Amino acid sequence: MRKTFGDPIAEDIRFVVRSVVGEENFIDMTPNKSNNFCCGGGGGFLQSGFKEERLAYGQTKDNQIQTTKADYCIAACHNCHAQIHELSHHFGGNYGVVHLWTLICLSLGILGPNEREYLNDDLKQVNVFHPESEM
Amino acid sequence: MGDAAIKIGGKRKSVFKDKVMEILPDGGNLNACLTCGACASGCPATGLAGMDPRKFLRMAALGMDEEILSSDWIWMCTMCQRCVYVCPMEINIPQLVYNARASIPREERPKGILGSCDAALANESGSAMATPVDDFVFVVGDVLEEYQESQPEFADMQAPIDKPGTEFVINQNSREPVTEPDEMVPLWKILHLVGADWTYTSKGWAAENYCLFLSDDEAWKHLTKQTAQAAEEVGCKTFMNTE
Ligand code: SF4
Ligand code: SF4
Repeated sequence: MRKTFGDPIAEDIRFVVRSVVGEENFIDMTPNKSNNFCCGGGGGFLQSGFKEERLAYGQTKDNQIQTTKADYCIAACHNCHAQIHELSHHFGGNYGVVHLWTLICLSLGILGPNEREYLNDDLKQVNVFHPESEM
Repeated sequence: MGDAAIKIGGKRKSVFKDKVMEILPDGGNLNACLTCGACASGCPATGLAGMDPRKFLRMAALGMDEEILSSDWIWMCTMCQRCVYVCPMEINIPQLVYNARASIPREERPKGILGSCDAALANESGSAMATPVDDFVFVVGDVLEEYQESQPEFADMQAPIDKPGTEFVINQNSREPVTEPDEMVPLWKILHLVGADWTYTSKGWAAENYCLFLSDDEAWKHLTKQTAQAAEEVGCKTFMNTE
């Protein structure tokens, strides 16, 4: 997103994230915005067959995330989500990796039991919308 | 970095770099390198396959076309553009990488990327998973109905396909309808609550485009055009790319 629209848009997204998780729960990575590191899922890397190199590339991102000590990392795109999710398990950080839409709906109290695939145990049972519809 | 010294064998001229410079605005500034190393020091792909962006550019400048075009590193640079951002001369190394990929015979490019591109060309979805249009339409309708019933507050929620004249057309990564359809629902709910007037399109609904990563210009253009035309046909005002 910042590549297409630049850093001002990154600020808008931060406004959304802060509103949803609360100011005290928002931690930015360093470096960030246009200076941030790619996670290594992009450019076709996920399908290129060079798995070992892809994980080595992603270690930069994983270090950056683990340094924040945050419980969750928000990934807004699919390539990133798939890659960072794998990094979290591979390097043992075991932080959750969630789509932004999951957190928006959780904060609004409209996230059902079957829409929580990427929430960890700490949030899995929190404020479940229509728990009886669990499959 | 302790890299092995680059050995230059005889007199050579960079055909590859010159060709790339011809097609880039301002030649991508490819001749302006100060060898400062800012690109390499912040590139997560530095060291993979014994390469880094500065070295790659230097080798191209020295005409070592064979060496750089045979390096697997061109598939390990994600073309993230961070190096361009930090480079004092705004040198476009990712464009050099993109064109290096394009210079490899198509069938010799990585099978996974090639397969995903070809899958997208197999039908009018543009999906890297080759999901047919009908399957997408069915899954969306099926999931929507299920949620309208199980969560009555959203009984009026819609997930239209090819609805004419909406404000937004939205595309969707294939992974959701194919492997985790419940993940589509939070997005629909948000759109519903804010009162967004939106639609998917049946043709070109898939958001991913591996033909771009394959450096297959023709196929990339075909997929993008397919989606753009579908959006034009329904007459939306804004196209929203969710990928
Ligand atoms: S940052 Fe730019 S000028 Fe510096 S070495 Fe890299 S390409 Fe050359
Ligand atoms: S575009 Fe490629 S070379 Fe440049 S920083 Fe990103 S991965 Fe490294």
